[in-house]
Amino acid sequence: MSQIVAEALCKSYQVYERAPGVKGWLHRKVRTVHALRDLCFRIERGEMIGYIGPNGAGKSTTVKILSGILVPDSGECRVDGRVPWEDRVAHVSRIGVVFGQRTQLWWDLPIIESFDLLRDMYRIPEKDYRPWRDMLVERLDLGSFLHQPVRQLSLGQRMRADLVAAMLHKPALLFLDEPTIGLDAVSKLAVRDFLRELNQREGVTVILTTHDLDDIEALCKRVMVIGDGRILSDGTLAQLRGAVRDERVLTVDLRNDAVVVDEAPARVVRHEGRRFVLRFVPEEITSTELIRRITARYEVEDLFLEFTPIEEIVASLYRRHREGVA
Amino acid sequence: MTGPLLAVFRAQFRNLLQYRGAAIGGLVTQVFFGLVMMMVYQAVYAGSTTPQALTLQQTITYVWLNQAFFAMLPWTPDGEVRQMMRTGTVAYELTRPCPLYGLWFVRAVALRSAPALLRSIPLLTLAYLFFGFQLPAGGASAMWWIFSLLSALALSSAITVTLNCSLFWTVSGEGAVMFMPALVMLLSGLSLPLPLYPDWLQHALALQPFRGLMDVPARIYSGAIPPVDAAINVAGQWVWCGAFVLLGKLMVSRGIRRLSIQGG
Repeated sequence: MSQIVAEALCKSYQVYERAPGVKGWLHRKVRTVHALRDLCFRIERGEMIGYIGPNGAGKSTTVKILSGILVPDSGECRVDGRVPWEDRVAHVSRIGVVFGQRTQLWWDLPIIESFDLLRDMYRIPEKDYRPWRDMLVERLDLGSFLHQPVRQLSLGQRMRADLVAAMLHKPALLFLDEPTIGLDAVSKLAVRDFLRELNQREGVTVILTTHDLDDIEALCKRVMVIGDGRILSDGTLAQLRGAVRDERVLTVDLRNDAVVVDEAPARVVRHEGRRFVLRFVPEEITSTELIRRITARYEVEDLFLEFTPIEEIVASLYRRHREGVA
Repeated sequence: MTGPLLAVFRAQFRNLLQYRGAAIGGLVTQVFFGLVMMMVYQAVYAGSTTPQALTLQQTITYVWLNQAFFAMLPWTPDGEVRQMMRTGTVAYELTRPCPLYGLWFVRAVALRSAPALLRSIPLLTLAYLFFGFQLPAGGASAMWWIFSLLSALALSSAITVTLNCSLFWTVSGEGAVMFMPALVMLLSGLSLPLPLYPDWLQHALALQPFRGLMDVPARIYSGAIPPVDAAINVAGQWVWCGAFVLLGKLMVSRGIRRLSIQGG
């Protein structure tokens, strides 16, 4: 059986709107916002899933329902066979959550004491706790600031400490909401490495909500795109790319100025000094053929070939969805 | 390895013990107010010809006990809970593997006990040495006093949690809880010892919950409530404490439902 089953989840909120002035003061309008409309998906044990979508698409509503904080208006949801909000205390002791914008550590306590407190809250036996904690602490390199209170930590340090805190009770399922937000490149890489290892070695299911699509590219085999409360696309990264017109991007740096690259059917989308950025569809011209032609006609300093950035794919999915709705 | 709630209490308690600056500030303020009130009562008793419900010695001791345990009164909701309510992050409290009421209750116990403990010991020592604060009326009074003080702590914590819960509906923490300081000040015996209110009010005063916060322990301590009558007074504290716990639990479950339906 799937670890997570979500069937036809619906959730709407009441939003109060007020016109300015006396009129608004006397009369307020109630508007219903549909955060989720018939959301369905299944997630298997040990998967690592990227969950993406623009602000207000329903990402955090989904995560809140799955973590037992929010009750949907209708639909079914089971995590490890449990209904999260009905069996809340039992449910949350099997999951770990990291909300990038907020720490679950105690602000004034040294982080080692926060960890001990979590040990007691989750009733983790000392003999399981100590080696596992020490391993996590070493793996995320918290040793140098283990005795500092959270308020004194940098964002990167705090984030790493939060990851350890979420993993202390060995949850089978980990929800991460923007775990790399505001981190520098080194911390980002450390966090990604850690998550990959955790997923592979311990078989922890990870659901990653993020705006940073590099995280997704680096970590997730499966990507779910949500927009307007519905799943717009669910599959591998390659499938997501295939869902829209598959274009490639070739960046060419020429050796001299005053030459203009013109190589139909590829289109020049940007031109800065000696650098030209071309887009093309592989069905019309293959990458090798295009590169061969360009290197034959121009003096080329450097070449760089990439896929369409995921941002653009996602954006075009939304555009298509909106047009379909309208 | 201890129970989850006990662990939360210990952490919170130790955390609050760090605020020594606030404790010293509070101590100075409370000594000042204690002295002013003491002088006022000395003047009043000197000018009064009718016998009062409390002797001057008992009143002075009552005043110092009030000042010493000033920080134990449920003035406001828990500041951190208020912060969480305002920013909407209170929803994340639900990801802790503990019942929310228990979590908030132990936080409240720490919040009401640690600062009071820090202030009361030096303040009562000073008051005993220099300002006419007396020792308990006897061994039995001392025992009952400790018991009644702990009951007052439980009552104060239960009231604090209901104040927390009121934020589910008022969010900002203004409004409904604004009148709390006035109620607490008048009805606990802080601004005027309850026995000194007019006789016709005494029945009503004896029945209201806030008396269990200060008046009961202070009168037991000074012997104004003799040990034989202590049990019934402590029982009164527990009845009110139980009522506030029930109310708080009801409010928590309603509040969670509201939160989980409306979103964080």
